[in-house]
Amino acid sequence: MGPHLSFNLKTDPVKTRLWKEQKLGSPLIACRYDPMGKYLFATSQDSSIQRIDVLDARITKLSGHQGWVRSLAFSTRHHLLVSADYHGLINLWNWCDPAPKPSKTIEAHDGWIRALAVSSDGQTLASCGNDLQVKLWSLPDGRLIKTLTGHDYHVYNVAFHPLERRLVSADLHGNVKDWDWQQASIIRELDAKILHKYDGGFMADIGGVRSIAFNRAGTLLACGGITNVSNAFAGIGNPQVVLFDWMTGKVKQQLKPAAAFQGTAWGVAFHPEGFLVGAGGGSGGQIWYWKPDQPASFHTVTHAVSFRDMALHPQGSQLSVACADGVLRCYSLLAMVDKNKL
Amino acid sequence: MQPCTYQCGTKDHLHSRRAFLMGTAVGALGFAGMTTSASAQSLKQSQKRVLVINLAGGVSQLESWDPKPGTDTGGPFRAIKTSVPGIHICELLPYTAKQMHRLALVRGLNTAEDDHGKGDYIMHTGRRKEPAFDYPHLGSVASKLLSPAESSLPGYLHITPSGGSSFGKQDAAFLGPRFASVTMANGQPPPNLFAPKNLNPSADQQREYLRSQLNQRFQRSRRSAQTEAYTASFDQAEQFMKQAHIFDTSKEDPRLADRYGKHDFGRHCLMARRLLEHGATFVKVTHSNYDTHHENFDFHIEQLGEFDRSFATLIEDLADRGLWSSTLVIVISEFGRTPRINHLYGRDHWSKAWSIVMGGCGIQAGVVTGKTNANGTAVTDREVHGGHLFHTYYRALGLNPAKNLHTPDERPIPLADPLASAIKELLV
Repeated sequence: MGPHLSFNLKTDPVKTRLWKEQKLGSPLIACRYDPMGKYLFATSQDSSIQRIDVLDARITKLSGHQGWVRSLAFSTRHHLLVSADYHGLINLWNWCDPAPKPSKTIEAHDGWIRALAVSSDGQTLASCGNDLQVKLWSLPDGRLIKTLTGHDYHVYNVAFHPLERRLVSADLHGNVKDWDWQQASIIRELDAKILHKYDGGFMADIGGVRSIAFNRAGTLLACGGITNVSNAFAGIGNPQVVLFDWMTGKVKQQLKPAAAFQGTAWGVAFHPEGFLVGAGGGSGGQIWYWKPDQPASFHTVTHAVSFRDMALHPQGSQLSVACADGVLRCYSLLAMVDKNKL
Repeated sequence: MQPCTYQCGTKDHLHSRRAFLMGTAVGALGFAGMTTSASAQSLKQSQKRVLVINLAGGVSQLESWDPKPGTDTGGPFRAIKTSVPGIHICELLPYTAKQMHRLALVRGLNTAEDDHGKGDYIMHTGRRKEPAFDYPHLGSVASKLLSPAESSLPGYLHITPSGGSSFGKQDAAFLGPRFASVTMANGQPPPNLFAPKNLNPSADQQREYLRSQLNQRFQRSRRSAQTEAYTASFDQAEQFMKQAHIFDTSKEDPRLADRYGKHDFGRHCLMARRLLEHGATFVKVTHSNYDTHHENFDFHIEQLGEFDRSFATLIEDLADRGLWSSTLVIVISEFGRTPRINHLYGRDHWSKAWSIVMGGCGIQAGVVTGKTNANGTAVTDREVHGGHLFHTYYRALGLNPAKNLHTPDERPIPLADPLASAIKELLV
């Protein structure tokens, strides 16, 4: 009788593999898993949101926006999906409904809403956009609580600190403001200006904080985008993630792909096991894995199609990328490990 | 006046010489000094002018004049109502939308040329580039045919967003360097135009006298179009120097000036208005840059955000100052941008179905000509090309597009492409 074979599944980013492709139609813009990891939501250039059941791949279309939806966020406490579009509207949905419909629509901003975030207690929603404002809303009623002003450029991203009553907002010029959001006061400013350039040749600004994430302990803040831009209008530049030490507000690490790549870091997240995951697009698509104390990615996954956003499953077992060709690509981070070798 | 003995001996140069000398004689009076009289006011309103706004790099027709919201090519922006019922333009142009009753849209343009340089050539000359022959820019033709004899400003002024001042003699082609463009880099007058402060008027006069004596002696033995242009440029510079006040925007009411926007393009549009109201014949303002292969939508928010308010203010001011009906206003690019949105959220070069805008002198206001299909990939009605545009410009200015210009070797060149015709529905 031979040896007994027994395997466990374990997260191993180096073994990342393309697991599933799902053609959704129109070019995709953004994607997010719900906090339970049951559904994956993807938005596209036809202004729709599609809900994909992670287990059986069943698709439900959510109709309620006329403009492109760039941002999605969730309140576990209220079972709410929040979506925001480039026409300035926010919709609230019960994401578990068989056929979700907007339970509330808010005319929230003048022009594009670029990002949303929900506080860790699920009670407060933050939104930001091209009107230079950051707005705070109570959930689930969608009542405006406060408007935070202070940015001089389009506000590209927001994130709540997971433990403190602090909020960061970040703009086109890489200015990151740390707010005491209850007092509506700025506590300090962090510098991610490396993610912005004024291209004198084309006479235009390029860059901005395109992706943002805190780690679970709230000790690190990651801001992603594009740097080293040599030609703004062709998108010639390199993806980069600025990693801040939250305590000091200083840059701890500038995270870059190990090998040359042109494009933007559209997504960044902290894996439950402590490493960072980034994804971006430009000359194709790439996924990068970084250790917080090393500038170069320790592993890179490459694809021919440009990635426009990334969602990390809450359990860290898989991630998905929203692709320019209208395909949602799901990658597995799990590897089989022989139990006998554990 | 003695006839000139040009090396090439053409009548065309003789005419120009006469016109120029008349110009300098009258110009010595100073155009600005005439502007208070009724006759000067009348002259000001009867003089035909041209203002070209050149959106360099290729503005997206879908993010400007021909929006297609809700289609696969439409992008993220909405269409908004304008001051003309039934005409909608992109939401990035709210100020311009309020001026639509003064403008005309050409939505059926197919220039069939996706190369920057060649597209730019078509939009400036109305012709395709030929291997061994250059056509003059609209600005150079306007300088030759529309510049009043008394004008003390160069006939073709080009306000560029950056770079150095230059003298674009290639723009004039066979018309000769006298009708070349004079660049005002970043809206500034050519450097060294004004006399140094440490040079007193007497010394300057003596210096100029010596130069003209030497020049006349040289011309007795070798007179050519080039030497004539050289002499003319000195004479014109002398007149130009007297117009320093045009470039001094500090006397503008700050509230009126701020309506143009506190950025370079706003300042350049304000300068264009000042030049036009002081008798400039042709002013081109280039706004850069629209070549948005990457992040087309973000860049159009930024660039058209500047363009919209400045352009609308300029229209309003030209109208308020009684210059609108005598100024042909054109907004061009070298081409449009692809309906298809690429993987970088960009749009690429697209000349098969795009749009431009006209208004003012000789142009029907508040009309649209041409039409594209539902997602903007093809012209479906009233397709036109560069030749049609130039016939329309010349007709609007009261010029006969069939009129011949002559090369130095007497080859007749019609103003506009003889195979095309004017877009009659756009003409008053």
